[in-house]
Amino acid sequence: MAERGTDRVKRGMAEMQKGGVIMDVVNGEQAKIAEEAGAVAVMALERVPSDIRAAGGVARMADPTIVQEVMDAVSIPVMAKARIGHIVEARVLESLGADYIDESEVLTPADDVYHMDKSEYTVPFVCGARDLGEATRRIGEGASMLRTKGEPGTGNIVEAVRHMRLIQSQIRKVIGLSKDELMTEAKNLGAPYELLLQIREEGRLPVVNFAAGGIATPADAALMMQLGADGVFVGSGIFKSEYPDKFARAIVEATTHYEDYELIAKLSKGLGTAMSGMDISQLEGFDRMQDRSQ
Amino acid sequence: MMKIGVLALQGAVREHVKSLEAPDTEIIIVKRPEQLEEIDGLVFPGGESTTMRRLVEKYQFFEPLQAFAKAGKPVFGTCAGLILMATDVLGEPEGHLELMDMTVQRNAFGRQRESFETELSIRGVADDVEAVFIRAPLITEVGQNVEVLAEYKDEIVVARQDHLLSCSFHPELTNDRRFHQYFVQMVREAQAAVNV
Repeated sequence: MAERGTDRVKRGMAEMQKGGVIMDVVNGEQAKIAEEAGAVAVMALERVPSDIRAAGGVARMADPTIVQEVMDAVSIPVMAKARIGHIVEARVLESLGADYIDESEVLTPADDVYHMDKSEYTVPFVCGARDLGEATRRIGEGASMLRTKGEPGTGNIVEAVRHMRLIQSQIRKVIGLSKDELMTEAKNLGAPYELLLQIREEGRLPVVNFAAGGIATPADAALMMQLGADGVFVGSGIFKSEYPDKFARAIVEATTHYEDYELIAKLSKGLGTAMSGMDISQLEGFDRMQDRSQ
Repeated sequence: MMKIGVLALQGAVREHVKSLEAPDTEIIIVKRPEQLEEIDGLVFPGGESTTMRRLVEKYQFFEPLQAFAKAGKPVFGTCAGLILMATDVLGEPEGHLELMDMTVQRNAFGRQRESFETELSIRGVADDVEAVFIRAPLITEVGQNVEVLAEYKDEIVVARQDHLLSCSFHPELTNDRRFHQYFVQMVREAQAAVNV
């Protein structure tokens, strides 16, 4: 009677994360700090995005020892990243018991044409998107949760803002279209028609959409919530800051009370130095992680 | 007109709001303790229990929530909400709000890959309620005043103690509103009792 890995079970898991912060961690100790601070989940990684940038070379799935260590350290859900199109990394993470898999452009893609057929897995997937076409293609492949791509590891919010605004405005446009205009819009966006039809009827995406890629301060997190994010991923921002536990708490609070400016002012006092940022115009070609997949 | 609140610190708030809709009901999104004064019943949504627990303490909800329940106002906890309501949590030194006399086990089914959906028979509701269990807890023991309303494979998944109701699954993730309407009826009855 009981059915596992259904859409409701996989998408529902992401619904429970709403209004929360998911933090990148590289070991059990960081995972505990994140949990203590009120993170709704952690992303177990070998290196945070800014270190991946600095190290160069090929970035792969984390060593299973790290994923296991993080799972043993906390009771909140543990996510892990697999390379785009790397079916075996995803199956390995699933077998380890990871609660969510991020098919992520932060790692070096294993397939430069195709994403995985994520509907085949019991474990749910999250994927990045820059616009509604990309978002709905990922849902079509079986993603149960979305996030903006932003530009990871830069501490620069501008790309995440661009992606969130674009997706929201494209959703509003789809809602306002008449049914006979929808097929052409599907063609223009490169979006599955049936999903656009569903979005038009329900007035929203069928899965939650978090912000990710460049969030470095409590105010950044609150900004993304105001732009319509269901929650936020913070990658390098926390453990690259001067006082990670204080920083982590402040980001969690700012995400919950994103319209309480007095509180955000209070939270932002004396946080020490945030991660040092990066001007995205310096990035070219392969260094622009967001352009690694379509 | 009754007012039912949904505690909105984190988690599946929107879905509960949708499921609670009834002609004589206004739904209030509760983010501040003082809002508890204006409502007749409250839902603790599903979410991450560790996170919700911290936010309850951080925003001084702890005592107001206990006082709310003590005043006889109905409370409905789903999944993480159930954990917050229990007097005892296995493996932890103490419960959280300790509203209902029961012991719960967190993540009792295992990790996300063990999450599932099924049909459930709930006493007083229906015998085919759609139930989505996500990293769900179980009720391992209940006190004398607690009535067991549903079991799954001989484990307790729905319980009621007077005006307090809790379940380990997510009724808000389905379009099956019968269980929510059961709670709405509890609020209606509690309100009628006060007005007599």
